[in-house]
Amino acid sequence: MRSIPLSALVGLLFVALYFIGAIFADLIAPYGMAEVVGDVWEPSSAEHWLGTDSIGRDLLSRLIYGGQTTILVATAATLLSFAVGATLGLTAAVMGGWADQVLSRFIDLMMSIPTLIFALVVLSVMPVTLLVLILVMGLLDSTRVFRLSRAVAVDINVMDYVEAAKLRGEGRRWVIFHEILPNALSPLVAEMGLRFIFMVLFISTLSFLGLGVQPPLADWGGIVKENKDGIIYGIPAALIPAFAIATLAISVNLVADWILNKTTSLKGGRDG
Amino acid sequence: MGEILLDARDLKIGATVYPAGEPPKDITIVHGVSFTLEKGKVLGLIGESGAGKSTIGLSAMAYGRGGVRITGGQMFLNGRDILSEGPSGLRELRGGEVTYVAQSAAAAFNPAMRLIDQVIETTLRRGLANREEAENRAIDLFRQLGLPSPETIGKRYPHQVSGGQLQRVMTAMALCPRPSLVIFDEPTTALDVTTQIDVLAAIKKAIHDTGVAALYITHDLAVVAQVADEIMVLKSGRTVEHGDVQQIIEAPREDYTRALVSVRSIDHEAKPPAAEPLLQIKNLTARYPGLSQDVLKNVSVEIAQGQTLAIVGESGSGKSTLARAITGLLPPSKGAITFAGRRLSDKLETRTRDDLRELQMIYQMADVAMNPRHTVGTIIGRPLEFYFGLRGAQKRKRVQELLDQIEMGKNFIDRYPAELSGGQKQRVCIARALAAKPKLIICDEVTSALDPLVADGILKLLLDLQAQEDVAYMFITHDLATVRAIADGIAVMHRGKVVRYGPKAQVLSPPFDDYTDLLLASVPEMKLGWLESVIEHRAGAQD
Amino acid sequence: MKLLAQRLTLGLLLLLAASVLIFMGTEILPGDVAQSILGQSATPQALANLREQLGVNEPAMTRYFDWLFGVLRGDLGTALTNGQDIATAMAGRLSNTLFLACSAAVIAVPLAIILGVIAVRYRGQWPDKLISGVTLTSVSIPEFMLGYIAMYFLTVKFQIFPSVSTIHEGMSLLDKFQAIAIPVLVLVLVVLGHMMRMTRAAILNVMQSAYIETAELKGLRPITVIARHAFPNAIAPVVNVVMINLAYLVVGVVVVEVVFVFPGMGQYLVDHVTKRDVPVVQACGLVFAAVYIGLNMLADIVSILSNPRLRHRK
Repeated sequence: MRSIPLSALVGLLFVALYFIGAIFADLIAPYGMAEVVGDVWEPSSAEHWLGTDSIGRDLLSRLIYGGQTTILVATAATLLSFAVGATLGLTAAVMGGWADQVLSRFIDLMMSIPTLIFALVVLSVMPVTLLVLILVMGLLDSTRVFRLSRAVAVDINVMDYVEAAKLRGEGRRWVIFHEILPNALSPLVAEMGLRFIFMVLFISTLSFLGLGVQPPLADWGGIVKENKDGIIYGIPAALIPAFAIATLAISVNLVADWILNKTTSLKGGRDG
Repeated sequence: MGEILLDARDLKIGATVYPAGEPPKDITIVHGVSFTLEKGKVLGLIGESGAGKSTIGLSAMAYGRGGVRITGGQMFLNGRDILSEGPSGLRELRGGEVTYVAQSAAAAFNPAMRLIDQVIETTLRRGLANREEAENRAIDLFRQLGLPSPETIGKRYPHQVSGGQLQRVMTAMALCPRPSLVIFDEPTTALDVTTQIDVLAAIKKAIHDTGVAALYITHDLAVVAQVADEIMVLKSGRTVEHGDVQQIIEAPREDYTRALVSVRSIDHEAKPPAAEPLLQIKNLTARYPGLSQDVLKNVSVEIAQGQTLAIVGESGSGKSTLARAITGLLPPSKGAITFAGRRLSDKLETRTRDDLRELQMIYQMADVAMNPRHTVGTIIGRPLEFYFGLRGAQKRKRVQELLDQIEMGKNFIDRYPAELSGGQKQRVCIARALAAKPKLIICDEVTSALDPLVADGILKLLLDLQAQEDVAYMFITHDLATVRAIADGIAVMHRGKVVRYGPKAQVLSPPFDDYTDLLLASVPEMKLGWLESVIEHRAGAQD
Repeated sequence: MKLLAQRLTLGLLLLLAASVLIFMGTEILPGDVAQSILGQSATPQALANLREQLGVNEPAMTRYFDWLFGVLRGDLGTALTNGQDIATAMAGRLSNTLFLACSAAVIAVPLAIILGVIAVRYRGQWPDKLISGVTLTSVSIPEFMLGYIAMYFLTVKFQIFPSVSTIHEGMSLLDKFQAIAIPVLVLVLVVLGHMMRMTRAAILNVMQSAYIETAELKGLRPITVIARHAFPNAIAPVVNVVMINLAYLVVGVVVVEVVFVFPGMGQYLVDHVTKRDVPVVQACGLVFAAVYIGLNMLADIVSILSNPRLRHRK
C-alpha cells in the first residue's frame, strides 16, 4: 500500500490528466470545438500546437472536446454494464437453480455473436444518438461482467463462511452484501478498468466506422475518421487522436494490473 | 557400522518470499542441519508443518522447490559433493542414484502417458536395459508391491487407477532404475487409514527386498516408527533430536519429542448414557440431487445433552453428509430428526431461529470458515447481534468474554483471520459457535488440518467447554485416536450405513464386526513391530 | 463420441438461436423501421413501399421463418439499396475476407505459440518482460490505429507497399499477397497480443504441475521434459487459446478492411449498416456469427479429443 510501483503511478497520472481534461474541456481548450480557425491541415505552430484538421479546425481543441465525448460515453457505458452485469451475476450465483440456468444460457447466446457485429446489426435500424450508443454498448458488454461476477460469486458462495452465514439464518441480502461482495470487490474493480478500456476502444471503433458519435460532435475515433485521408499525403493528423486512445488505454491497464496484483498478493498472505 | 551413503554437513536452505505490499525478502528455512545415512538404512524425518523436512529431503537431490535454494553446507552422496555438481551431473544423479516418491501420486503422474511408460522412462533413457527387460522389471516390482494384475496395470492411464494403487506404482517407478537412495515424501498422508496400511506394508517390503536406502518424510511418528531404522526430529528448520527408532519412541530425550510421542494422551472418562436424548435421528436416508445412489442409508443415532457422539468413518462413508442432513442443507428423503423435544423441519429455510441457534457447526478448514474481510470481533459478534440483539459496548464486552473462554487475548478482537495461526483460527470458530449458546455443536473434522500438538490443544479446549456449558458434540472424524480422546458414544459408518453404534467402551472392545476390526487395526500405533502384527492379524482373519 | 455429438448439436442450436437474435435485433426494436431507414423527410408513399418490401405488415414469426428457410436454401434475399442478390454479391467478398484472415492466421498462430513458449522459458527475464510489454501495448491500441501507423510509415514515408489493398480476379497470387501484406501485418499484430498472453498463461499453468516436477526429478533433459511431459498436456489449452483468439480476427477484419478499402465482408457490412440496408446486415451478421460459433465449437472439440480422461474411460 505504501509503495505504489512506478508503472501504476504513471498510469494514475495519465488517467487523472485525461479525466481532468475531459471535465474542464471548456476551460482548457484554446478554440471552440467546431470553430474553423485556419487552413486545412496546417502543421503545428505556436497558435495551433497540434496543427489544424481536415477543414481547418484547431486539432488540440478538437482533441480535448473529443476526449470529453469519448470518456463520457465510455464511463457511462461501463457503469451501465457493471450495474446490469454485476447485479444479475451475483443474483444468479446466490439464487442458483433455474433462474441461474436461464440467465446463464441467455448470456452464452448473447456472447456467441461477436460484440461489434451485434452492435452493427442493432445500429443499422436504431437512430444513432449518444444515449442509444451508451445503451447498446453497455448492455452488450454487461454479458462479460455477468460472466465474471457470477464466476467469482459462485466460488465464494461455496465457501464455508457463506454456508455458516446461511446456517445462522441470514437472509439473501446479508449474504450478498456482507459475505460475498466484500470478497468479490477487488477482481470486479480490476475488471472495471479493463471494461473501460474496451469501451474506449469500442466507441472509437464505432465512430471510426461512421456508426458512432455523429458530426458535428466528435470523439477520438471520429477525429481519426475525419483526418484519415491526410495519411496518404503524409499528414499524421489522424494518428494523434489514435495516440490519445492508446495512452489512455495503456494507463488504465497499468492501474488495473496494479490493483489486481495487490489483491492477489493479499490472498497469498491469507493462505500463507 | 555400515558404509556411509549420504552425508549432510551443516545444511542451510533459504528462499525468497514476496509478502504483500513489501519488498521481497530472504528467509531461512533450514538452519544448519547435519546427518548421515548408511547404505540400506531408512532415516525418518519427522516434524510439524514448517519444520523443513520436505525441503531437506529434496536437497538430497540438490533440488529446491519454487524459490527455495541451498545456501550453505555440503551434501555428499557416495563421497561426492552433489551441491557442487553442474546440470549434467545433477541429471545423472536425479532419477538414477536418487529417486523420489511424492505425497500426491495422482498429481505427480503425467495424465497423458500410460503408467508403464512413466515407470520405465528413466531406465530406458539411461540405457540401463532394453524395453522388454525394463517392462519385466516394472512388472516384478508391481507384483512385489502387491498391485492387482501386475502384468496389465501399467497399460492404464493414471486416472484409471485408485489413489492407493497409484502411490504403489509411484514407488515402483522410484525403484525401477535401481537407485541407491529413495526419498519418500509423506507417501501415505493423503490415503485413508485402511489403505495406508497396505501401502505402508508394500513400501516396507520393497525397501527390505531391494536393500535400498531411504529418507522417509512424514508428520506421523507412529507411521515412521514402522519403517525407519533411525529418526530425526525437526522443528523450525533445526534438529531437535536424532536417534534410533527405539530410543526416540521409548526414551525421548527432548521435551518436544516427548510431546510428540505422548500426543493424544488425553484422559477422558466416558459419561454414562442418559435416558433423555437431545438429538434423535431415526431411519435417515438421503441422496444428493441428480445422483442415483443413497449416500445415507437408514441411519439412526442419538446424542444426550452434554455428551459427545463420535461419527467415525473413512472418506465416502457418508459421515459429512449426515452433518449436512442434520443442519438442513441436504433435506433427507426419509426419516426424522428430533431435537430438544421438537421435530426439526427437513429444510433449512423453514426452521425457526431457535432451531438454528441451538444447533451450531464448526468446520475442518478454519481458513475458509471465516470471512477474510471480517475482523474477529465481527465474526464472533455477528451471532450475538443476530440472535440476541446485542450491540455496541455490550456486544464488544461479550466478545471479549468469549475470547477469554477460548484462551485468546482481548486484543485479538480487531485482527483479521489472515493474522492468526491455524490453531487460533479454529478457536475463533469455536467461539463463534459458542456465541449462539447452542445445545449441540457439530464438529466436522475440526482437528484434521492441524498439527498434532495444536490439535491436542483444541481437543482439550472442547472438553473444558463441554464441562462448563453442558453442550453436546457430534464429532465427525476419521481419526480413531481423536475418538478415544473425546467420545462418550461412537457410531462407525461405512458406505452410508452405521455398522456399529454404542457407548465408547462397548464399541472399542471385541467382538468386532469385520469393518470395525479392520478400521481399528489400521490405526498406526506408536510401538515397534505394530505393522507386522497387523499384517499377521489380517492374514489370520482371512484364513 | 457421445460428447462430440452433443457438442455438435449444441453448436447448431446456438447458431439457430443466434439467427433468432440477429433477426430480433433488426426487427423488434422500438420505432418504425421504414421511418428510421428513410429518415424523417420520407414521403408517405415511399414509406408504404418500403414497408411492403420489408414485409413489415406480416407478423414477425412468419417473416423470420421465411428468412430462415431462405437462408437454408442459400437465398439470402436482395439488397434494399440496389436490388442485388445478396448471396451473389457476398460470394466474392467472402472469399477475399477468408483469404485475408487465413493469411493472417497462418502467420499469427505459430508466431504467438513460439513467442509464448519463449516467454515461459525465460520467465521473469528480459525476453518475457519485453514480450509482455509489447503485448500490453498492442492490446491497448485500436485496430484502426495500427492500420494507419503501418500505412503512414510503410506506404507513405517509405513507400514500400501500396496503400490501397484492392484485389481482383485477374491478379496473380503473388500480386495478391503483395496487395494484402499490410492488412495482414496489422491483423497479425491485432491477434498476436491476446494470443501470446493466453498461450503464455496456458503453458505456464502446465509447467507448474506436479508431474513436471516429477519429470525434473527424474533427471530428464529440459527439452525432454517439455516434449514428453509438458507438450502433450498443453495441446488442449493452447488450441483453445488459438481458437478463442481467431475470433478476434473476425472483428479485427471488419475494421482493417475499412482502413485499407479492402473489398471484403467487413467493408460490405459497414457500408450497408450506414445505408441501413437491413437484409444485407442480417445476412452478414449471420455469416460472421456462424464463423465465430464454428471456431468456438472447434476449440471445444479439440480439447475433448486431446483429454486422456475422455479418450480412455475408466
